[in-house]
Amino acid sequence: MTAHYLVLSGLLFAIGAMGVLIRRNAIVVFMCVELMLNACNLAFVTFARQHGNLEGQIIAFFVMVVAAAEVVVGLAIIVTIFRTRRSASVDDANLLKY
Amino acid sequence: MESPVEIAQYTAGGVIGVSWLMIALPLLGAAVLLVLGRITDRWGHLLGVAMSLASFVVAVLAFLELVGLPEAQRRQAVFLYEFIPGMADMGLLIDPLSISFALLITGVGSLIHIYSVGYMSHDSDRRRFFAYLNLFVAAMLLLVLADNYVGLFIGWEGVGLASYLLIGFWQFKPSAAVAAKKAFIVNRVGDFGLLVGMFVIWSSFGTFAFADLGAKVGTASQGTITAIGLLLLLGACGKSAQLPLQSWLLDAMEGPTPVSALIHAATMVTAGVYLVVRSGAFFFEPGSPQALAVAIVGAATLLAGAIIGCAKDDIKKGLAGSTMSQIGYMMLGAGLGPAGYAFAIGHLFTHGFFKADLFLGAGSVMHGMNDEVDMRKYGGLRKYMPLTFATFMVGYLAIIGFPLLSGYFTKDGIIETAVHLQPVLGWLAVLGAGITGFYMSRMVFMTFFGEKRWADDAHPHESPSVMTIPLIVLSIGSVFLGGYLILSNRLLLFLSPAVGRPEELPEFHFASVPGLATLGLVAVGAGFAWMRYGRAEVPVLAPRGSFVTAFARRDLYGDALNESLFMRPGQWLTRIAVFLDNRGIDGVVNGLAAGIGGTSGRLRRVQTGFARTYALSILIGAALLTGALLLVGNI
Repeated sequence: MTAHYLVLSGLLFAIGAMGVLIRRNAIVVFMCVELMLNACNLAFVTFARQHGNLEGQIIAFFVMVVAAAEVVVGLAIIVTIFRTRRSASVDDANLLKY
Repeated sequence: MESPVEIAQYTAGGVIGVSWLMIALPLLGAAVLLVLGRITDRWGHLLGVAMSLASFVVAVLAFLELVGLPEAQRRQAVFLYEFIPGMADMGLLIDPLSISFALLITGVGSLIHIYSVGYMSHDSDRRRFFAYLNLFVAAMLLLVLADNYVGLFIGWEGVGLASYLLIGFWQFKPSAAVAAKKAFIVNRVGDFGLLVGMFVIWSSFGTFAFADLGAKVGTASQGTITAIGLLLLLGACGKSAQLPLQSWLLDAMEGPTPVSALIHAATMVTAGVYLVVRSGAFFFEPGSPQALAVAIVGAATLLAGAIIGCAKDDIKKGLAGSTMSQIGYMMLGAGLGPAGYAFAIGHLFTHGFFKADLFLGAGSVMHGMNDEVDMRKYGGLRKYMPLTFATFMVGYLAIIGFPLLSGYFTKDGIIETAVHLQPVLGWLAVLGAGITGFYMSRMVFMTFFGEKRWADDAHPHESPSVMTIPLIVLSIGSVFLGGYLILSNRLLLFLSPAVGRPEELPEFHFASVPGLATLGLVAVGAGFAWMRYGRAEVPVLAPRGSFVTAFARRDLYGDALNESLFMRPGQWLTRIAVFLDNRGIDGVVNGLAAGIGGTSGRLRRVQTGFARTYALSILIGAALLTGALLLVGNI
């Protein structure tokens, strides 16, 4: 049973990671990050269930709280960038460099 | 030999008690003129003259009071204030030696002050000139009046400073600025000798006071005494322009002519002679190696100066060579012990008069010739400047030792004593007298006789009386002073409480062998000069001359020697240091900085600005970390 959940978690994480690396739209990248976080949550919960303690579940709550905060800040940044540059592409926002 | 008398503390309330006024008055004059600046421009020169004359009056009164004391009390120390507790007090020593110097300095100094009023009348900076003159007189008086080596040294340095300021007075002329620096630096070498000598004196005897040294000097070893003597001689060589530190004197003629007369004839260059004679009772025992060294330096310099004087076409430089030479005579006399002191000091006085007379005469000639100094462009001036000519002739006859004039008695005294005690050096001095006869006659013939060879715009004229009256006073001294001092040993007996005196008093012979030989050689020299420069025509452009002439024109290669021995190696040393600094130390520091800069310049290319590239590198990093942890089995 556990193995299935973990495989699903790994797949979700891999999909999320690939999305972050190959998509340009900041909103999609952002959603992929959320996907990776939730893949991690799934792994935590699975292990918690397997070992029969609550620590993994509590960590999952923490991750959700952090993710919610991150969404607030992140979306605000993306909206601001879009307002000024008329583009939500992560490749266009490349001024901070050497 | 009779030793000097004990130094007593002055308690009576006479002029000697306020002899510090001699130093304070000119010092005050200098301070007022320098501090108040341009406000004093209109009357500054008068204040300068007044201060110098006031100092002279104090010196005369102190002299009269000293002469009134019995001989055994003629050395009076005047305590002024505690200077360096436990080491040296500031005090003055009024004795026959110091008061004689004070009279010469303030007397001849005042005449030169008066002369300068006329000479510098066209100079917009006359007030500053008088400030420096006063400063110089004050420093020189401190030098000769101090009752210990510390006070002497302060005066010594003050004289060096004042001479620097005066030689470089026309500092807008690069040559004057360079000459001033040269004088200062060469003098520093001598000062170094004096200073180290003082260190040795302190560590050996624990005192600087002349009053205490006499009793303690016997406690030191002969080697220490010789070392002190040689170090003091080095100091004396610097101030008195003796070999090997002679090179500054000829360049110092860049200063205004009264400076040359005051500093480089009458006073400053005599400081070395004063130092040797003052220290004579302690460190220059007759016959000791250091006393012999003094005499040898004197004899060598008197010849070198005379030879240089023969080749100079610049009238002031010719006189400068002659100053070197005459100071050489004094050093020779000072190296002979108490037998020679009186003649050395006597020659110093007569020289102070006739050399100041000659220098001021030369200045008077230059004043009337648009500041031309080249004697080849003079000629036939005796008709146009009769007073200058007459006084110059008196100075000339005095310096070559024409019988019965001042120089005759004092120089002859030195020569006879030297022939008696150090025959080789004595006969060299006779030879030097012959050369003196040649170069001084050459100077007179080129300047005052023969055809006129002036520039077209020259209008020679006699100088104003403010300049000629000092000349007349000085020439009177040049005539009579020598005979007065030397005949019946007046000066020797007067000085003996301060410097001791020989067992038997010397007698002046008018027809001794060295004296007649001197006169003969002087006549030959003067005759030779007449043939070359009096009868024959003097070319306006200097002929090339033989190698001897070239040798003398280049100051016997003294500058070249200094350059190759000290200046070039010094320059090489600095060049090596600069190279090591640039390539070595700077190389390491700059290399390190360049290395870090270059590396970071390449590394920063990694920051592309693409967020996805960063995400990829984070992922790869995390994967590698995880893989590594898995490999070591820590998960």
